[in-house]
Amino acid sequence: MCGIVGIINTDRRLIDGSHIREAIRIQRDRGNGLGGGFAAYGIYPENKDQYAFHLMYEGDRKSPIVAKVEAYLQNRTRVYQSEEIPVYPNDRVAGGPYFKRYFVKPLAEEIRPDQSEEDYIVETVMFINRMGGAFVVSSGKNMGAFKGVGYPEDIADYFHIQDYKAYMWTAHNRFPTNTPGWWGGAHPFTILDKAVVHNGEITSYGTNMRYLEMFGYFCLLQTDTEVISYIFDKLTRKDGLSRDDACFAMAPALWEEIDRIDDRKKKKIRQVYGAAVVNGPFGIVLTHKDGAIILNDRNKLRPVVCARTGNTWYASSEECSIRLLSPEVDELWSPKGGEPVLIELGADTGTREVA
Amino acid sequence: MGIMQRNWSVIPPFFPEFDMERCDCANGCTICSRECSFGEISQRPVRGADGKVYYRPWANKAACGACQRCAKMCPHGAITIRRAPMHTSHDYWTTDYVNNIWKQSGNEGGVLLVGNGATGPQRRYFDHLMFDACQVTNPSIDPLREPMEIRTFLGRKPDTIDGDMGPQLALEVPIMFGAMSFGALNLRVHEAEARATKAVGTFWNTGEGGFHKSLRGYGANTIVQVASGRFGVSEEYLKSAAAVEIKIGQGAKPGIGGHLPGEKVGPAISETRMIPVGSDALSPAPHHDIYSIEDLRQLIFAIKEATEYQVPVSVKIAAVHNVAPIVSGIARAGADIIAIDGFRGGTGATPLQIRQNTGIPIELAIAAADQRLREEKIRGSVSLIASGGIQCSSDVLKALCLGADAVYVATPVLIALGCGVCQRCFSGKCAYGITTNKPGLAERIDVDEATEALTRLLRSWAEEIEELMGSMGISTIESLRGNRDRLRGVGLSEEELTILGVKHAGA
Repeated sequence: MCGIVGIINTDRRLIDGSHIREAIRIQRDRGNGLGGGFAAYGIYPENKDQYAFHLMYEGDRKSPIVAKVEAYLQNRTRVYQSEEIPVYPNDRVAGGPYFKRYFVKPLAEEIRPDQSEEDYIVETVMFINRMGGAFVVSSGKNMGAFKGVGYPEDIADYFHIQDYKAYMWTAHNRFPTNTPGWWGGAHPFTILDKAVVHNGEITSYGTNMRYLEMFGYFCLLQTDTEVISYIFDKLTRKDGLSRDDACFAMAPALWEEIDRIDDRKKKKIRQVYGAAVVNGPFGIVLTHKDGAIILNDRNKLRPVVCARTGNTWYASSEECSIRLLSPEVDELWSPKGGEPVLIELGADTGTREVA
Repeated sequence: MGIMQRNWSVIPPFFPEFDMERCDCANGCTICSRECSFGEISQRPVRGADGKVYYRPWANKAACGACQRCAKMCPHGAITIRRAPMHTSHDYWTTDYVNNIWKQSGNEGGVLLVGNGATGPQRRYFDHLMFDACQVTNPSIDPLREPMEIRTFLGRKPDTIDGDMGPQLALEVPIMFGAMSFGALNLRVHEAEARATKAVGTFWNTGEGGFHKSLRGYGANTIVQVASGRFGVSEEYLKSAAAVEIKIGQGAKPGIGGHLPGEKVGPAISETRMIPVGSDALSPAPHHDIYSIEDLRQLIFAIKEATEYQVPVSVKIAAVHNVAPIVSGIARAGADIIAIDGFRGGTGATPLQIRQNTGIPIELAIAAADQRLREEKIRGSVSLIASGGIQCSSDVLKALCLGADAVYVATPVLIALGCGVCQRCFSGKCAYGITTNKPGLAERIDVDEATEALTRLLRSWAEEIEELMGSMGISTIESLRGNRDRLRGVGLSEEELTILGVKHAGA
């Protein structure tokens, strides 16, 4: 069991982190204090053209792995800015790994002709994750993930997320059952601009993981959820599937239904992407640079409620989180299993209005 | 004249024992002796209490192979097949070895021939692999209440949606009937295989003996084989089926050809194989136009040209030591499907020494091949079929978890039709009428009944596979394919676990 919340303002009006902190806090029963985390979009407007690498290092600032990763980044990227991520230890979360963020751009001459810039970033992330002792918590532009071991409201306080302003937020309250509660295993799981918070257990993990390895994605975070962000990245960015089709690949209609409507494209998606089907119970909020996707497994074995108030959209494991933030809503519904809810952000005009 | 008098014979390892209290011979029942096609049971005159002579069954102790036909057909349950309590106090020189030496030094001499698959003590890895199941953290799925999908497509698939899809075979259950030729089997069995696979939505394989004209209507569920003897191969033959399989080797006799004796080649087999009546049908050990991988590529594409790229081309090999790189080579040579046949795979006839000692287990072979194709990033370009020793539905699913797309089963087909796995398929005397074309025996197969038996077998296994998937919380079979994470090994060494790609139980 886990709890998830998403808040999306499609006008890109900024919301400070105190709202999402409250929304996930009241789902306390859905976690057990072994993991909480947040993803925030729009938090680095000054560096919005650079990839924001949030790094988690085992040990402290003197760990040799820090220098190793930094040397690697210097070799592969232009590092525009680097700083410690400020943390505020308290009596509930006394201490954790060492966090740092880097704003980087690839060195153009290092990108191979068969790679895109983003392939290059993915390769960089995968390399760092395999170095041992360092994990890339997030790597997208103008976004970042903050996560750790504790209840989510305590993790929020640890990172002071109320100090960040974002137009799209997700939060996660973890109740780990299949893998250890460790800082890297908290949600969200990210790659480039994609971040996933997930409630469920992926029974197809072995198939998904071995499939992803063929395409250069390595699952090292000991948690099933990371396959979702990688699958989505591969399908949409590398293979050019629409978001809708990518959701169909991950949670396809029954063959019976595909036969009935005689849809050749859907048939082909199922045939080609069988190993990308995400099986087992899940409810996810998957955010990306242009919006958010809410998706359930096709048997709807996990709760997700969606709502809209004006141009602010909500998704949550429980309705209470939504009602807490917005007692009156324009609409509220429970999406059907396997039917994605796609929320598109408005164009980025560069203005920074606070909601 | 030598001094030694070779006046002993090999002791047959089995004999039928008759419970005379149950036996109805006094009333004239002679079913057992008529059912025994090997000449083990005769009838002996005895005088009854009333002074009348009647006939009782008698074990000749000369030919019993424990096929169990007599025991199964006795309406009174009066027959038990006993293992002959043969000698050797010696734990090393066991009955089999002693008997074989007697045979080879006796009148018969020569290469020992057997049917069916290897019987040796090598580890059955399937038994050391355990499935996972859902408990608490995710719900298992009840296949009676929720949809459960096991449809499978075999054939080349692109890595991305924009790529070209090769021709596909659609299987409603991930189980096909493996290659057994017309000649080795009789036409009735072929017809039952064709009808059952059509009813269930899967495929059967003609083997190398051609595709009888009366069954061509079942082409949509048929895979035809091109083997080293090229029996029955014509353009029309290639185009008559849903897929064409090039047979390089088989698990029961890797590197060995085949031999259908001339006496078995009657008019129907002659016509189907396109050879003269009464001539020996010899399959050379290698294809004499395939001495290398590039030759195989030419044959694959010759077949694709002939079939206008409308059907997938499969290549079947025996699981041998170097299986992984061989499979990679075959994939790159253009095959759409590769069938790997483990050393337990059966056959109509094989030299005993080859059957027992050549090849490797299918579990290790399929795991190694799947892993190699993934490392080379070409797994999608080819489908893998596992075969050779698959005994039940959980073996099927374990093979899939290890990396197979589907399986071939063949011995289970024979068993479903009655076979007692007596290993004498080559004798032409099959008491069940399966591996014989002899009039009087072949008719023991009733095609309708055989079709039903095979249909039930496929459906039963499919149902069991769905149960197993449900317990693992998996609603569609593509999520188990290559999913070694849902298997754990019990009692396996680190090296075995590494090759299988499976963690030990408890880890």
